[in-house]
Amino acid sequence: MSTPLLAVENLKQYFRINSHFTVKAVDGVSFEIYPGETYGLVGESGSGKSTIGRTVIRLYEPTHGKITFDGQDIGGKMERNVEKHLRLGMQMIFQDPMACLNPRKKVSDIIAQGLDIHQLYKSTRERNDKIAEILEQVGLAPDHASRYPHQFSGGQRQRVGIARALIMRPKLIIADECISALDVSIQAQVVNLMKDIQQNTGCAYLFIAHDLSMVKYISDRIGVLHMGHLVETGSKEEIFRNPVHPYTQSLLSAIPHPNPAVEKTRKAISYDYKEYGVDYTKGAEHLVEGTHKVLATDQEFVRWTAKA
Amino acid sequence: MQIQPNETILTVRGLDISFQTNAGDVHAIRGVDMVLHKGETVAIVGESGSGKSVSMKAVMGILDKNSVINGGEILFTYQENGVNKTVDILKMDRKAIRHTINGRHIAMVFQDPMTSLDPTMPIGKQIIEGMILHEHVSRREAWQKAVALLNMVGIPQPEKRMKHYPHQLSGGMRQRVVIAIALACDPDVLICDEPTTALDVTIQAKFLELIKSIQAETGISVIYITHDLGVVAKVADYVNVMYAGSIVERGTIDEIFYDPRHPYTWGLLSAMPDLDTNDERLYAIPGSPPNMIREKPGDAFAPRNIFALYIDDRLTPPMFKISETHFAATWLLHEKAPKVDMPAELKSRIDRMLKEAGK
Repeated sequence: MSTPLLAVENLKQYFRINSHFTVKAVDGVSFEIYPGETYGLVGESGSGKSTIGRTVIRLYEPTHGKITFDGQDIGGKMERNVEKHLRLGMQMIFQDPMACLNPRKKVSDIIAQGLDIHQLYKSTRERNDKIAEILEQVGLAPDHASRYPHQFSGGQRQRVGIARALIMRPKLIIADECISALDVSIQAQVVNLMKDIQQNTGCAYLFIAHDLSMVKYISDRIGVLHMGHLVETGSKEEIFRNPVHPYTQSLLSAIPHPNPAVEKTRKAISYDYKEYGVDYTKGAEHLVEGTHKVLATDQEFVRWTAKA
Repeated sequence: MQIQPNETILTVRGLDISFQTNAGDVHAIRGVDMVLHKGETVAIVGESGSGKSVSMKAVMGILDKNSVINGGEILFTYQENGVNKTVDILKMDRKAIRHTINGRHIAMVFQDPMTSLDPTMPIGKQIIEGMILHEHVSRREAWQKAVALLNMVGIPQPEKRMKHYPHQLSGGMRQRVVIAIALACDPDVLICDEPTTALDVTIQAKFLELIKSIQAETGISVIYITHDLGVVAKVADYVNVMYAGSIVERGTIDEIFYDPRHPYTWGLLSAMPDLDTNDERLYAIPGSPPNMIREKPGDAFAPRNIFALYIDDRLTPPMFKISETHFAATWLLHEKAPKVDMPAELKSRIDRMLKEAGK
């Protein structure tokens, strides 16, 4: 296997609320993303999946752990050139396409902001050409560049958000719930677009979502997150064919199938980690098969794999 | 006389609503017809802006002030003092609706449980508020019923929870409280407007199962407004597919999922990735939903429809009847139309679903 593009080792992200209470949003998470692949991160709200995305792109200062991006350590305090390398090589697409675009700026200025900051063009002409090229790539017309965000529909706005990330030619794009605010028919358009872009540019995605069916569709490998712990990780076939952790099982069973005859009678498996008596901090990573790993203590591992 | 199961309690006919805005009149609802029987679950599916929420707000009589009702009627049958009464909600004034219909006979669950609960009031007080107002019961009785309701919606230690404020509960718990409030006055109809969009999938599944069990217990009719076909598959008996302010296809759940006729329904069903899809690309409906300010003649879906006929740009298609319960508004069903089959991918998916269901 090639060297990973992004390697996260034992990442911890704590938020101190007051002297008595600290939120452990992410508590010891390790994973790798290889060039050109899509890594899907799923979990319920509050499981820390967005926090991981934001820590990786260094919107937060990690409490503990090592993050290596493209051969450079970005976990601690960064040198100026390392930071520049990170900002050029990693971009983010946000959840709400209305909230993440500055309403007072033209689309061209929103998209080209990264270029402006890093002075990546020699003439205005080159800048405009780059904008036009990227707009075409995401399926918008060149004359859209002079409009404002409010003149677009939700799906088009998300395309602007994608264009803004793409213009830097990043190696890794962090897509934080980037389709959950869109309509079903538009979701499919945006996901197809993201797949096309990956084929053309070879960028990798960290795809953060709570919709498992979409995650299965777009991802090569999946990590299941719960309470700040990565409870199960593996290729999508491994996870969907043979979910080992009870949380993953309950998550999979909760996805509604668009098939009424089956769905009417199906009951979701419920999972309460207190009832199950699972203590994530005691668990260690156990290898199930191939790249399929699960967080469990030795006894739990024996019990869960025996059932399956 | 009791209203029997399967008797009609709500009929919407030719509903037509527009909104006056600075940019001009927005013709949001263009002739919606709908029937709800007692004890049934009806789902309204559509993209945002298709008018599904607006039509239900009309049923509740809580439309925004800039709305203009151009026509239609909403007939609601309920029981008062043992007598069946039928009223046209559109002809009643707001105050009368507030006193006789809202909460008492038709209750609504909104999308976001954080914004629909009052953060300054304990949840117990919010539940008994409606009961005291509508049913003139004593505080003690109302309190006891509220505890029973919290118990029914699956909140542990209901007595203790009664004094809690909304911020002390999790998202799923809050949505349960909202249901308890909606059910406080034993309504006949429960309207759920995107009830699970703000919830996680695991909680969503529990929520839908809860509503189903309540329905089995009380015989209440439920209207779901949603864009998630998975949710529809789980709960609905009848489905109305809405596009650009009108219903384009309606039928029983099996008819819509296994024998869809309208190209928009085909698109919706294909665009949803199911867990067995192995296709490289998802089917996507091209284009985006129409801007309702600019009205164009003909079928509103035509610009996004690869099967659109010449007539689609000129004349709005009527509802064609496919079976006693199944109707679709597309010219493709006209006897003179060329024969168009649903996309092959969708066909194979439906075959797979039927096989899975053992049919």
